Amino acid sequence: MPNEGTRDAHAHRMSRRKMMKGAAAVLGALAIPAADAPASVWEAFFQKNFRELSKPELEKVLARLEKEYGKRYGKAVKVKATPPIEGVLYGYGLDLSRCIGCRRCVYGCVQENNQSRDPQIHWIRVLQLSKERGVDLEEAEQYYNPAKVPEKGHFYMPVQCHQCENPPCVKVCPVQATWKERDGITVVDYNWCIGCRYCMAACPYGARHFNWKKPGLPAADLVTETHYLGNRPRPVGVVEKCTFCIQRVRNTPGRYTACVEACPVGARKFGNLLDPEGEIRYLIENKRVFILKEDLNTRPKFYYFYAT
Amino acid sequence: MRKIWEFFKGTLFLVSKGSRAYYAWMVSLLILMAVGVAAYAYQLQNGLIVTAMRDEVSWGFYISNFTFLVGVAAAAVLLVIPAYVYKWKPIKEIAVLGEMLAVSAMVMCLLFVTVDIGRPDRFWHLIPKFGILNFPQSLLAWDVVVLNTYLILNLVIAVYICYKHYNREEPNPNFFNPMILFSIPAAVSIHTVTAFLYNGLAARPFWNASILAPRFLASAFCSGPAFMIILFQVIRKYTRIDIKNEAVFKVAELIAYSMFINLFLLGAEVFKEFYSDTIHLAPMHYLFFGLKGHSNLVPYIWTAMIFNVTAFFLFLIPQTRENFVTLNIGCVLIFVGVYIEKGMGLVIPGLVPDVLGEIYEYAPTGTELLLALGIWATGFFIYTLLLRVAIPILTGEFYVGDDGVKPVIVDTEFIRKADALAEQSYRD
Repeated sequence: MPNEGTRDAHAHRMSRRKMMKGAAAVLGALAIPAADAPASVWEAFFQKNFRELSKPELEKVLARLEKEYGKRYGKAVKVKATPPIEGVLYGYGLDLSRCIGCRRCVYGCVQENNQSRDPQIHWIRVLQLSKERGVDLEEAEQYYNPAKVPEKGHFYMPVQCHQCENPPCVKVCPVQATWKERDGITVVDYNWCIGCRYCMAACPYGARHFNWKKPGLPAADLVTETHYLGNRPRPVGVVEKCTFCIQRVRNTPGRYTACVEACPVGARKFGNLLDPEGEIRYLIENKRVFILKEDLNTRPKFYYFYAT
Repeated sequence: MRKIWEFFKGTLFLVSKGSRAYYAWMVSLLILMAVGVAAYAYQLQNGLIVTAMRDEVSWGFYISNFTFLVGVAAAAVLLVIPAYVYKWKPIKEIAVLGEMLAVSAMVMCLLFVTVDIGRPDRFWHLIPKFGILNFPQSLLAWDVVVLNTYLILNLVIAVYICYKHYNREEPNPNFFNPMILFSIPAAVSIHTVTAFLYNGLAARPFWNASILAPRFLASAFCSGPAFMIILFQVIRKYTRIDIKNEAVFKVAELIAYSMFINLFLLGAEVFKEFYSDTIHLAPMHYLFFGLKGHSNLVPYIWTAMIFNVTAFFLFLIPQTRENFVTLNIGCVLIFVGVYIEKGMGLVIPGLVPDVLGEIYEYAPTGTELLLALGIWATGFFIYTLLLRVAIPILTGEFYVGDDGVKPVIVDTEFIRKADALAEQSYRD
């Protein structure tokens, strides 16, 4: 829970609660009084930025969302806001010598994070590259479709959010709807984003995706264990992105992300960069690592490496 | 207070009265605005999926128009400098028309941004104290600040000049001069900040070139003033305002210099990219020659190039600059040329190919075109309203009466041949 002590140093705090309350009362009076829906509609309209919510306010928001999703999908949905775990900085490793380009990670991610199925939104994009050109993005092919992968003469490079230490997307957001949490995950407050898409222009990894249309998510496919900053259902007109499965890794310390679990060849590694015994530290110290677009100084916590 | 109220009532009377041509013009604009509103309602209903924008090309026609119109708003400053800094009389009389154009262009800019964002219902998140304006971190926050400042500044200046003129008084220099002087750096700032908005993104090599801001300024001082030159002639023909030829030619000369700088900077940019031939050439290659069989923008950008170069020579050579036929051809060429070059020609190649090398060919949908048309109509509508009040004031056909309160309105027939107006005043 965000509170005075653990709040991000850069979060602005304004005392506009009273003003909002007054305005909400006036506008609420315009809506049909005693009706439950309009009240929650106004509440949603006047909701503060996530980092400015007090504990009771946050609980109210989460309860409202759970109710709203329950009504929409006809099943009980849990929306948590588990805070970062102290002493954890998440890192990711991707073994380019093992990846076969099967895209199971892509669909594992879609499933876990409640992405829209219609239109399809993918947080992971897998690039097929030719061995002789190396990592030449101009020659990358995302829409390869052979009967069997891997294809001769090619290697595969999945790209997702690199959870930069110096994230350009956070810098450009005009309303601070996206920020870097203390465990290194860059998140979006879907209820604060205005949908200007400046962050999408700024991201060098194509990791940010926009809801051009109301997400098409069948109730049967909905994963009900959600996080406010992660896989809860998104509204139309906002940006979303990979959060290292924030709902998994914060609620169950040590748990892997969905893409790590989905990978059939063990090309994906995930863990705590601050744990000297952890697998991420092991691979950084013992394997050949490279950073995509290191010249942009984004300092990703996403390491490509060659295990063999 | 009562005086201001009477003045306001007078302006309302003025805008509601006019010739047949005036009514026809205004009604057709209103119809186009209604079409725009319908298109916007359709977009709100279905989401931005009704545009051709997608994750690969996340900005399109709306932001292109926005970028171009920020440039048009510069027309004001090109008139303000000779008029108020150098006190050059022929332009001083008409500088207010430039400021009004800036106001209309700014309103269009803000409308284009509004229709582009996914959640217009959350616009209040941008308002400091209510929401969170990420200033000074985000260049978009800077843009919000400078665009609104420039809009308010020009509106205040234009209304103040008109009101003083109406009262047959001189503007108070202590209040007026600082504002006028401030409007010059403000005009420079809107272009610089808008350029920096693109310029600051290391992920997009096509925009990430230091030359971008100077190029913005140079092309801005072409497009806005070109529009003004055509407008001066229209006003001269249909109202009793006397705009001297030398004022028009002076503006044309300034456009020639600006266009030279614009073309020179573009050449510098093209040389660097093509000669060094790095991976960063791809967007420019896409723009000028196409990439892997994708070449939507190619015919447009070459049209723009030919238009801009032709116009440059038309404006450079005194004989063609001072011949109204060739001058007007040049103005149209420049306006269209810069519209392509600083609109879609700037925004789209920044996003094609995308950061992972994907090529998504963008072309605006019908919804986008209709909505843009509606916004342009809104701009023209606002500008016509402003002119409808300003022109009678400048020609002395709308002024405060001898009692110092009630307005006197001589002109009730807006948009007519000037000779008919002259005849009328002769008979009066």
